[in-house]
Formats: sequence, C-alpha cells, structure tokens
Amino acid sequence: MNKQIEQALIEVRGVSRIYYDTTGKQTEALQNVDLEIRNGELISLIGPSGCGKTTLLRLIAGLDLPQSGSLLMENKPIDKPGHDRGYVFQQAALFPWRTVEENIATGLQARNIYKGKKSRIKEYIDMIGLTGFEKAYPHEISGGMAQRVAIARALINDPKVLLLDEPLGALDAFTRVDLQNTIRQIWKETGITIALVTHDVDEAIYLSDRIVIMTARPGKINEIINVNLGDERDRNDDKFIILRRLVLEKLHLAGSHLSSRLVDPLELTEVRGFGEAI
Amino acid sequence: MFLGKKNETRLVVPDEFNVYWKPKSKIWFFASVFSLVLALVISIIMPNVQLINILPYQVFLIGITVILVSLWIVSIYTDSLRKILYQKSQFIFAVGIILTILDLLTTKSGVFKLPFFPGPAQVLAVIVKEKDTLLISTYYSMRLFFVGLIAGILLGIITGILIGWYREWNYWLFPVIKISGVIPAVAWIPIAIVIFPNSFSTGVFLIAIASWFSVAFMVASGISSTPKVYYEAAKILGANEGFLLFHIAIPNAVPSIFTGISTATGFAFLTLIVSEMVGAKAGLGWYINWAKAWSAYDKVYASIIIMAVAFSIILAVLTAFRNYVLRWQRGIVK
Repeated sequence: MNKQIEQALIEVRGVSRIYYDTTGKQTEALQNVDLEIRNGELISLIGPSGCGKTTLLRLIAGLDLPQSGSLLMENKPIDKPGHDRGYVFQQAALFPWRTVEENIATGLQARNIYKGKKSRIKEYIDMIGLTGFEKAYPHEISGGMAQRVAIARALINDPKVLLLDEPLGALDAFTRVDLQNTIRQIWKETGITIALVTHDVDEAIYLSDRIVIMTARPGKINEIINVNLGDERDRNDDKFIILRRLVLEKLHLAGSHLSSRLVDPLELTEVRGFGEAI
Repeated sequence: MFLGKKNETRLVVPDEFNVYWKPKSKIWFFASVFSLVLALVISIIMPNVQLINILPYQVFLIGITVILVSLWIVSIYTDSLRKILYQKSQFIFAVGIILTILDLLTTKSGVFKLPFFPGPAQVLAVIVKEKDTLLISTYYSMRLFFVGLIAGILLGIITGILIGWYREWNYWLFPVIKISGVIPAVAWIPIAIVIFPNSFSTGVFLIAIASWFSVAFMVASGISSTPKVYYEAAKILGANEGFLLFHIAIPNAVPSIFTGISTATGFAFLTLIVSEMVGAKAGLGWYINWAKAWSAYDKVYASIIIMAVAFSIILAVLTAFRNYVLRWQRGIVK
C-alpha cells in the first residue's frame, strides 16, 4: 500500500465556482470547498448530480478556474492544465483519427519527447491488456477498451495524480468491475495518487481510501469517510455492506436535507470502527 | 504486470455492407451478353442509311462483349467479382438495348436527323478519327483544371485555417468569404479577362476562385466544430497551441475539408468548361464551341463523352483517396 506519506499533494482552500447561464442566472457549483488530497491515496468524490464533483476535478486539472479560493499542488498554485496531472474523461475522448498506440503516444508527442520511446508505448499497451490492438482506431474498439486506452494515455506522462471523471459511468456492469480491478492494480503497482469522481457507491467503497460525500446546490463537501477495509475487498463482506448502507444514508441526507432519515444508531456505532466519519 | 483483460470483444463493423442488386441472376448476365451481340448483329447485317465508318462501333461492341465474357470466366473462381458482375448485368443489358435502338433510329434509318443527332456508331467513329485533337484538348483541359483546382484548394485550406483558428481573421475574412462565395465564379469572367495576360492564367484564376470558397468555408467550420473535450484532453497532456492546431483541430477538420473539396471539384468542372468556351484556344470547352460553329455535333457528343469519362475518373480517384485518408472514420459515417 502507498499510504505511508500523509503529506498533502493537492490542497483545495476555500474554493468557490459560480456558473452563469445566458440569462445571467447563477449556479453555485462549488461553495467554499476545502479538501486535501494526500500523496499516494485513492480518493473518491461522490454525490448527487450537480454537486460539483466534476467541477472540483476540473479545477484540480486546471481546466477551469475558481472565482475565489486557491488550489495548490505541491505548494504551487494550479492555474492551467499540465502534464503533471493525468485526466480521464467520462467519454474516453480518444482522438478518433489516431490509432490506439498513437492516442497513447499523444502526451509524449505533445511534449516533444516521443523519439525512442516506442517500447514505452508498448509497455503501456501491455499494461492495459490491449496487445494486438495497437493499430486499431477508436471506432473499432469497445467502450471498455477505449477507457483503458484513455487511462494509458493519461499515464504515459508519469503524472503525479490521475484524475478520473466517472470513467466507468457509461460501461456495462461486467466491464466496469473489470476496469475497477485494473484501476486498483495500477494504483497499487505505480503508487500514483488517484482522485475518482463516481456516482457508484460500491465503486467508491471498493476502490478508495477515503470517500468525499458532496451535496448539491450549492455544491460543497458534506463529509469525508475513511474506508479502512484493507487490501482484499469483497463486495459481499459484512463490513462492506454496512459501509455501503452508511454511505447511501449519507447521500440521502446529503441530497434531501431530511434529518428524519437517520441511520440506525446501532449500525452507525458498529460502522464507526472501520468506516469512520471525520 | 497489471491485470490485462482481453475478454472484451472487438466490435466488428462489416466492411462490405453492400447490398447487391440481383447478385445471383445468371439469366440477366446472359441477357446482357445477348443484348450486346444483338447490337453488333444489327450493325453488321442491316444496311446503313448514313454514310459513316461503323468499324469502331463494332470493335467497341466486340471488345465489351469479350471483356464481359472473360470476366465471367474469371468470376467462376472469385465470388466477389461474380456478385459485382451479376449486379451490373441488368444495367449492361439496358445499355445494349438502348444502343441497338439508337443505332436503328440513326445510322440504320435516319429517323433522327443529322447533324444534330448522330448515332452511337458515328460518335465513336469521330472519337477515333479525331483522337489526336481530342487528346490534346483533354490534356490542356486537365492541366488548367488541376492547376486551378490545386491553387484553389491550397488557398482555401490556408484561409479556412486562419478563419477557423484566429478570431481576427474570422472577423475580417469570414464576411468576405460568405458574400463572395455565393457569386458564381464565371461572373468574374469579364474582369478576369481584363486583369490576366492570357487565357491560361484567366482560367486558373476562375477555377481557383470557384473552388476556394467552398474549401475555405468547410475547413473553417471543421476547425471551429472541434469538440472542446479534445482540446482539454490534449492540453492536459502537455500540448501547446501549435500542437492543438496541427494535431487536434486540423485532423478533426479533415472530413469537412474533403466535403469542401468535393463541392469545389464540381464547381471547378463547370468553371473549366465555361472559361474554355469563352476565351481559350485549347481544351475540351474550346473544342465543343469550335465543333458547334461547324455544326459538327458528332464532335460535340464526342467531347461530352470524353468529359464524362475524365471527370468520373477524377471523382473516383478523389473518393478513393478520401476513403484512404479517412479510414479512421469507417463505420461512423456512411
């Protein structure tokens, strides 16, 4: 496991982001958000749609700028996109005119360091299990394969953090589980920091060290849950199931502001041992 | 190594989604051979009313029949060829019948009067007789056509990129393109003749103008329609502005560029012939005009046929080139 360093890689401090539509109506996508992403952890952002989880990820990527507050990566402000962060979009967003290997090579070409790195591309194609598909075009491969390519494309630059924006949202259940294992495997072997946006509670619990629960309108962080389930995770494990119920309850509270929907106090206490709310 | 799962099946898009028309109809194939033989027999046995050399026509019919039969023999071993051959059979049959009828109405009876309606035998005879003049005319036309079209396409791509990428260029140049793009290029003929020293440069100018606007317009719209997510994906991979333009925006615009080039090619054909008819001293357009002046309508038809063949070949090559370049798109479009 790669949790030895508890030092923050990314710091989000008092960040607010407001969007204006054409009529001038404003939507507060994020309101005064504070978050630390620690070196080497796998952190999930979960919440109802419109809670600003994608906005937060885009701000970290530098694809968007906040109205107020600051974002730091290794104590340096984030103000534009850069290759020290990898990003995987919800819809793979592979370049359709580039083959699988050309897509993966994009990062190296964009930085003019492609020459002599052919074997490195091969390594990443093997890693995502797409050997034999090097010359395939994006329209020739399945959605799951496309997301694998998108992940390899993001990793080729050796980023310090991998930002995953609901990368598995559009996939079928089998492919999704398959890719969850791949993500976890990559995380373990490379020790990279991963921030994952998801709306799948199981996925969040299965993959992450911490789960950030967000609320909508205005988008803010409601609670952060530590997932202390260890290395081998089983979706049908008792602890897993109780943690799932806890997160679901939190999400209900988070979404509807109904305080009557409290969790059974007994279960909550039981949960505290390994799924501690901080 | 990481978990690599290969159990996701590759989506197979059928390459040949071609729906053949009667691919198994052997009867229509024999009918097509029969119709050609019929045309030949009528040409041989019936006396001619018009005094012409019918040998080229007969050689032509024999040639087609021989090609057809030998293709059929080859197709016994090649399934795909047989399907194509049988698919075309009904059409070839109709061609044979129409040739027969035309021959009967003209060369054999004189129902259609000369010089305005020469028969197929006469048009073929004139193609053979005038082959040197026709060849040199075709050469001049093609030279003018390609110089003009390529100049227009290059100009179009450059201005299209400028308009699609830079706001300043868009502001100043796009209205110009939009307004002058609707003017048919041939409207510039009087002005072009005054400005340019000879008919060749006039023609180049007119054809370039005709093809420029549609290419520029399509390139610009192809570039500005690039999905934002491609730019974002490239930026976060470390791309600078040059990379975004040359490796994201322009590749994304390539399908539109080809649409623009197709449109431009059509305009260029038209402008080529018109500009040759007006000022030139060579070329197929000039030849038509010259033949008309002598009421040699067989020559007019001959050059029309040459144009049809030449332009079809150009379009076919363009389509093949487009399909090759856009192979990444196969299965998405079509």
